[in-house]
Amino acid sequence: MMETALIVSLIAAVALGLGAWQQKKKAQLYEISWSAQVVKTVTGKSFLRTVAGFVIFLGLWHLTVSVFRLPWFNRLPGPLEVLREWLSPNPAYGISIYTRDYYIHILYSTYRATTAFVLATVLGIPLGLLMGWNRKFYDYALPLVELIRPIPPLAWVPLAILVLPGNEPAVIFVTFLVAFFVTSLNTLLGVESIDDNYFRAARCLGASNREILFDVVIPGALPFIFTGLQISMGAAWFSLVAGEMIAAQYGLGFLIWDSYSVIAYPVIIIGMVTLGIIGWASSAGVRMVGRKLMAWRQSELSGGGQAGI
Amino acid sequence: MGMSQPVREDMESSLAAPVCRAPDGALSIREVSKIYDPEGVHVVALDRCSLEIAAGEFVAVVGPSGCGKSTLLNIMAGFDHLSTGQILLDGQPLATTEVKPRPGSDRVVVFQQGALFPWKTVLENVIYGPVVQKALGKQEAQERARQMMARVGLSGIESCYPGHLSSGMQRRVEIIRALINDPRVLLLDEPFRAMDTVTKSASHEYLLELYDATGKTIFFITHDLEESIFLADKVAVMTTRPGHIKMTIEVDLPRPRDYRLLASPQFMRLKAQAVEAVHEEAVKAFQAGEREMA
Repeated sequence: MMETALIVSLIAAVALGLGAWQQKKKAQLYEISWSAQVVKTVTGKSFLRTVAGFVIFLGLWHLTVSVFRLPWFNRLPGPLEVLREWLSPNPAYGISIYTRDYYIHILYSTYRATTAFVLATVLGIPLGLLMGWNRKFYDYALPLVELIRPIPPLAWVPLAILVLPGNEPAVIFVTFLVAFFVTSLNTLLGVESIDDNYFRAARCLGASNREILFDVVIPGALPFIFTGLQISMGAAWFSLVAGEMIAAQYGLGFLIWDSYSVIAYPVIIIGMVTLGIIGWASSAGVRMVGRKLMAWRQSELSGGGQAGI
Repeated sequence: MGMSQPVREDMESSLAAPVCRAPDGALSIREVSKIYDPEGVHVVALDRCSLEIAAGEFVAVVGPSGCGKSTLLNIMAGFDHLSTGQILLDGQPLATTEVKPRPGSDRVVVFQQGALFPWKTVLENVIYGPVVQKALGKQEAQERARQMMARVGLSGIESCYPGHLSSGMQRRVEIIRALINDPRVLLLDEPFRAMDTVTKSASHEYLLELYDATGKTIFFITHDLEESIFLADKVAVMTTRPGHIKMTIEVDLPRPRDYRLLASPQFMRLKAQAVEAVHEEAVKAFQAGEREMA
């Protein structure tokens, strides 16, 4: 029971910290003190519901596995067991926040996902812009993209290993694919979403094609591009794990699969939770960059009062 | 950066002083037709439209939606090309069956929905034309933009994004964005259509003020007869299917005009005549349509 209380308070503390951090910005917006905003949020219904969601989920897990010991779940480690292992200086299965290996796996995965994401962004945005802006290129490329896109990343693994030199490029390639398609298609959608009148206005005002690209096409497509990048970041993480399970010696995907084969079950869940946290953080990062770049949209959405006639 | 410039000039010189001296903007629309031919079905959007517009004249084209008035504007703006006929701008062919016009800063359009770039601040929007044409340096353009905006009561919003402004303000900024290029003709495509009455009447007065100050040729499209009489020197009435200019009404009301004109007997008389004439045409067109159907 002690431990249950410990877990609940730990999670509540983490959630509190995250909530407070997010509320700081809100407090600045409304020009009230941060602490007042935090108190307001923590006692708010929305926040309490979030905490309740976590508590119910972890409670059910704990009850089914550790208390009732339901037969289906008898090999599943309970939340306390996982947490103990995760935070232990001397972990029974060799992976915890105190071990070097844990961070090596994280680093490998992060490096691969980041490389793939950057590649997908650098190649996907120009492809999308080209398809959206040039009818001929659209005809060349879109049907191909549409046909290749539904092939799941796992199906690419054998080819990737056959063609690319070594496992590392193969895993990155598999990680890159879905992210690339998501980015390019969202960019295309973004360009298509731009009102014709912006192009017409730019032409009237004397803009050249180059200026239209940088002043109309790119900023106009940016909201869709960033939606695409957020999805692409998530896609990179789940394709990565698929690739790592098959063709890698390090990485969280490998860790999860390897722990399964060596019957280190708590480590599976440590790997999964770590993936969840890193994936969430990286998407949030992309979202933050997007907000910074699209200040005009913020003002459009939050700019309550309209001034004058 | 954000400091306002000291204002030295009076209204006339600050608004009328051109970036570079452009000719005056006389338009001659001669027998212009536009036929769309998607999949072999002829749709006559414009049928031999003719209209003479003197330099510095304010001409309104009024007609029901779908009568082709926007098509005419699009041809002049260079967004579309004509099928037969020709349009001359200051005696030079602007659009003929051979010459396909390109959009240019001598004929700037202000759009019905508004087309300020939402991702640029008000100031960046206003200086966009002179800067991309390299007609003015960025500093000069900013100074000029500030002066022009100050004249129409738009000071202090330079660093706002358009999404933050009311529709009336947005439209005023867009008109300034057009005027800063010193165009020969200002093409206004129902700019006040979506506005409420109060905003609209304020916008009318701002437009008239700008027109009196700059003396630009204005080609103004609307479906509102009263609006067109209030604003214009000449009202061209278009009928639908096919789009054709049925008549032009000379508006000899004195300038400068303001809202009080709307209640004056002169205005009322002119409006009554126009309404009657337009109604007659509408009935004729309606009956012709019925005969066609029968």
